[in-house]
Amino acid sequence: MQTVGRTRTHFLIRAWTAFVVLAIYLPIACGALAGLSKGRYFAFPIRVFSGEWWGKTWDSFEIHVLVQNSVLIALIVTVLSVLFAFFGALAFARYPWKGRRAFQRLLLLPIFFPQPVLGLALLLWFNALGISPSWKTAVVAHLVWIVPVVTLVIAIQVFSFDPVLEEAASDLGASRLFTLRTVTLPILWPGIWSGALFAFLLSWGNFPLSLYTAGADSTIPKWLYSKMVAGYTPMVPALGTMSTLTAAALLLAGGLVRLLLKKRADLRAREG
Amino acid sequence: MADTSLSAPEAKLTPGLRASLPVLVLLIAGFLAPLVTVAAYAFATPKSFDVFRSFTLANFAAIVDPSNTVWTSFVWALALAFCCVAILLVICYPIAFGLNKVFGKWSGLVSVLFVFPLFVSENVRLYGWVLFFIKNGVLDGALKWFGFSGGPELLYTPGITLFGMVYVYLPFMLFPMTLGIAMIPRDLVDAASDLGAGRLMIWREVELPLAMPGILIGALLTFVLAAGAVAEAKILGGQSVITITQDIEVAFTYAQNWPMGSALALILVLIVSGLALTAMARIDLDKILGKR
Repeated sequence: MQTVGRTRTHFLIRAWTAFVVLAIYLPIACGALAGLSKGRYFAFPIRVFSGEWWGKTWDSFEIHVLVQNSVLIALIVTVLSVLFAFFGALAFARYPWKGRRAFQRLLLLPIFFPQPVLGLALLLWFNALGISPSWKTAVVAHLVWIVPVVTLVIAIQVFSFDPVLEEAASDLGASRLFTLRTVTLPILWPGIWSGALFAFLLSWGNFPLSLYTAGADSTIPKWLYSKMVAGYTPMVPALGTMSTLTAAALLLAGGLVRLLLKKRADLRAREG
Repeated sequence: MADTSLSAPEAKLTPGLRASLPVLVLLIAGFLAPLVTVAAYAFATPKSFDVFRSFTLANFAAIVDPSNTVWTSFVWALALAFCCVAILLVICYPIAFGLNKVFGKWSGLVSVLFVFPLFVSENVRLYGWVLFFIKNGVLDGALKWFGFSGGPELLYTPGITLFGMVYVYLPFMLFPMTLGIAMIPRDLVDAASDLGAGRLMIWREVELPLAMPGILIGALLTFVLAAGAVAEAKILGGQSVITITQDIEVAFTYAQNWPMGSALALILVLIVSGLALTAMARIDLDKILGKR
């Protein structure tokens, strides 16, 4: 009797999860459809499919600039946030020190904060400092939100890391730098890689911070929003879909690399 | 604060403090300083840029003035955020339970499916719903194709705004909740069951209290983010609801009344951070993130 009830509950949970996953991807599919239909206005069912708007989007000079801005911001954010977060994660999880709990809470605050309000507050602050907003200030804004996230991602890996390994290396006479390079980093690589992937993708898709802090420079999400509010063209869903597919491809490739890194780290841990 | 010890010349720079310095500097310069600026602007002369040079309560007086209807935006934002949290608790619990106890080797893949939308900007996803619900859109067109008279008019209502918020903030509830449920030791549930406790009783007396820290973090995170939401009300809600963040944005942009925008933002920040800090004080992060 108990097992029958259990099987039924498990079936319901599976069905519910499948339903929610479908609902999550439904609007993304709608966008993909709208970008592939011929004609200026969207109507369903689609009468004629065409790659016309994809072609126009691909060739547009305006969009090339947007893509360059988005890639540049995301790359800089990735490199800087991994550097910040690597040390941040050690402070968060590795060392027992007096201010650690306060540090952990301070780190969470930017995540527990509405992003549009953070963007507006930063705009005010840049203005008070006399800095005019541009893609560079958008990088700073992204960092304020993304560094804490990446720190948490790396910290999870640090928690599973045994400090005894580091101590053993230093007892055997290894220098600090040598220990870092040969013991700490190889074990933490999977976490650092995940953190970098998160940083790039979160920056790539970020809309509220870019909207208020990028000034006259535009990113892909910011441009899409301006066209949604005024002047819809099928280039909006077309570019949206391209951006989504790029993120999906990166996530897939990044996931595969992480799998390899983890295998290597496990192997090393077993040998060592 | 940890960094005060730096000023003392004999203070020792422990490895932990040293490692925390880059992030500390970033958060002080990029998070605390902007908030201080907002607080300073909130007390500046209305419609001026006299920050740090004037002090007045005029902005707050204008907000509490009975003729001002800005309080409706606060009520809308907080009420929508509250409903959003309540709905997400119900939607996410079975999924979080499934990720821990039912899906087995598939749970990694299912998690990725739920993480991925975070990397697609919310306006793209919300616009997809506009294409779904709009006249001659996917729902309307499909129903007509099947011979019905067409879809219901759902767009540009408060209800669809709430729907958009539930949709966007789902992962922020799901993952903390999943971490929380992962903290329930299996043998404790088995022990309760061996001692004759029913399933509902086990859930209420054992599982729920143990999973509470994760559920609490999820609820808090969703509430805070939803209280500051603006894109849902603009894109899906067609401004049928004005949330508080939109009022703040208007004050900062079209109205060029930075002191007023700052005063509104300060009130929102106080509500949000008050909640965040109280709940965070009761939570052990080491345990939730899996310290051995």
